[in-house]
Amino acid sequence: MPSSFQPTRRQALAAGFGSVLLPSALSAQAPAQRPSEIKIGVTTFLSGAPSVFGVPGRNAAEMLAEEINQSGGINGVPVRLFFVDEAPGIDHLVGEFRRLVQNERVDVMLASISSGSCLACTPLGEELRKVTLLWDCGTQRIFEERNYRYAFRTQANATPEILAPLLYLLKTKPDFRTIAVLNQDYAWGRDSWEIWKTAMDALKPGVRVVAELFPRFGATDFSAEVTRLLALRPDVILSTSWGGELDTFIRQAAERRLFERSTFVLPLAESSLERVGRSLPAGHIVGSRGDHWHQHPRPANPQALQRFVENYRRRYNAYPIYPTYHMAQAFSALRAAYAKAIAANGGNWPSDAQLAAAFPGLEFESPTSRMRIREDGQGLEPQLIGTTVHNDRFPFAVMDNMVVFPPEMVTTPAGQNSVNWLKTLTAEMVNRVPDPIRAG
Amino acid sequence: MTQPRIELLLALLGAAAMVLAAMATPWLKFVLTLALAKGIAVLGIMLLLRAGQVSFGHALYVALGAYTVAFLAPSMPDAALLLVAAALGTTVAGLLIGLFVSRYREIFFGMLNLALSMVFYSMLEKFYHYTRGTDGIRVPSLTVAGVPLDRVSYEWTIFGMALVLALGFGVFARVYLASPLGQALSAIKTRETRLDFMGVSSRNVLLSAYVLSALMAGCAGALIAMTSRHVTPLLAYWTASGELVFIAILGGAGGVLGPFLGAAAYELVRVYAAATVADMWQMILGAVLLLVILFARGGIWGLLSSRLQRGRVA
Repeated sequence: MPSSFQPTRRQALAAGFGSVLLPSALSAQAPAQRPSEIKIGVTTFLSGAPSVFGVPGRNAAEMLAEEINQSGGINGVPVRLFFVDEAPGIDHLVGEFRRLVQNERVDVMLASISSGSCLACTPLGEELRKVTLLWDCGTQRIFEERNYRYAFRTQANATPEILAPLLYLLKTKPDFRTIAVLNQDYAWGRDSWEIWKTAMDALKPGVRVVAELFPRFGATDFSAEVTRLLALRPDVILSTSWGGELDTFIRQAAERRLFERSTFVLPLAESSLERVGRSLPAGHIVGSRGDHWHQHPRPANPQALQRFVENYRRRYNAYPIYPTYHMAQAFSALRAAYAKAIAANGGNWPSDAQLAAAFPGLEFESPTSRMRIREDGQGLEPQLIGTTVHNDRFPFAVMDNMVVFPPEMVTTPAGQNSVNWLKTLTAEMVNRVPDPIRAG
Repeated sequence: MTQPRIELLLALLGAAAMVLAAMATPWLKFVLTLALAKGIAVLGIMLLLRAGQVSFGHALYVALGAYTVAFLAPSMPDAALLLVAAALGTTVAGLLIGLFVSRYREIFFGMLNLALSMVFYSMLEKFYHYTRGTDGIRVPSLTVAGVPLDRVSYEWTIFGMALVLALGFGVFARVYLASPLGQALSAIKTRETRLDFMGVSSRNVLLSAYVLSALMAGCAGALIAMTSRHVTPLLAYWTASGELVFIAILGGAGGVLGPFLGAAAYELVRVYAAATVADMWQMILGAVLLLVILFARGGIWGLLSSRLQRGRVA
């Protein structure tokens, strides 16, 4: 095929109808030539409730792609993005995944915010032999239930993301005796509670669970739950909710002074801080699904973090939240993998299989730290947990007394099942938690 | 040529076009398999529409068929057996539920179906330890009639199964609608009491159509599960039922080809809209439906058949 033949998306689609025979050989077998562009498929939520994460993720991807292309691309090759909306459901998503791989011939897929989407896309990527980076989804099941050669995760998973806030609570406020949980009634809400409960029973046996509240997914009113929690007076209230539901819950709980009676643990609240403003009082525990925080106390490269935050704010008029950092991690890993694969291939462009081979053991920069992808494909990401505080610099609550958990401490060892591993934890683990860092 | 002959010819032409498109572009094979599966489900909806009854809950049977496949696949990993199991399961469920809902008409019929499908949706979501909730269940790779296949031939086989089922159900629906039982369906729509005076039980007439529609939706669900290889509760959500009614309107309820034309148009419009503007596909799809409702009340099939009839008169 002459190199001048570069069909646009619409022409390629029209070719589908015009029954022009496209070569059906998969690129895994094709000899690798230096392409004119690296095509990246990104599945994210562009509509529906989870678009509170999906749209910032897309924004970050567009910003990063532009920056990469301005600086000459990845090893001299510019990148081009293709977005897929996850909202219509699995069959649409899987169809689009195939279209991007088989028709648009993308070089890599960045898959999914929703765990269900990831569970469907990962085996498909494996079957199509296309490198699939799990950029944001939470489920820990992926690499614990199967081995993959083409799928890698450039972030942590639910286990460290829930274990870290629990350890933080045990370190900073160890004397609680009762706990209540309010999670969204769907897989993440249930999974995260199972992880917390298993770990809590191992690390601090005897805590009484006074209420397990699972309001329906997409609920818009929590007044009944707030009343119940006011009456039960638990020492700790855990909620792994996110998005509009977390915002509403925080506001309704604040209006009725629930925050004065109980300590809240909100592992995903970093993404809501700017939206809820000062409704979220000081003294409650907040996490960010990783070490993502625009005021990170000890970033590996302070200038890089500041540049990322400022560029994002300038373009989108909001502080970056965790999906944007996750997207940056995926891009950074991809860049590092291409460099590694090209070096391993004697300076030639890598095939899909060669690119995939570069990921196990790969090290790359995240906006806040240096990360590694483990041999089983799981990313090792530090976890940052802090306590809210109000100050004059920000019109919303920010984190103080931050603990940055090293990933080796809180991540399930390779080849083990998370729930079984959590059962083996002992109270001694709390002594190994690093000391909190005061905000600068 | 007579009308049935033309329809058969068009169906074969359509099938040939689909095979050609699937050969030309591998990813279209996946989209077209889904379109055929949804077309089969909509064919069932169309039978009920003949009786003037709109079901806003047939996603229940689609999801039931799909989850039957997902639950049984680990112990019985064969596509042919799973399809039969899903068909049996949904027929029984359709009979049991049909005994109850076929007593109701119009808005009550529609809403009861909707309610039952949402109950099933909630069960799939809440019986978390069995269904894995919204994460859904992965369908392992399957053999077909005992033969293990590689990815490409498996996809072709499921596509072929969908095509054969679509043609089979289409011919069957055609014969059924021409039979006295099928003719009685239209009588339910025009005036039900007349049926009673003729000594025909309108409940049994509607029940037969309902069970058939459940069977078709169940087969569609099984095909969807075997194609996308991952099932989630979203299959039973009310928007999925709405999608089926949407396709029925888009395709037109006049003939058995309508549902398949509608399903193919729906899937292709959605895919091409999503490919051109990833975050505006809903608006494009909505605009297409509005245009159909405003300017082509009979749907795509209505447009086609009026063109054909005019051609014959001329």
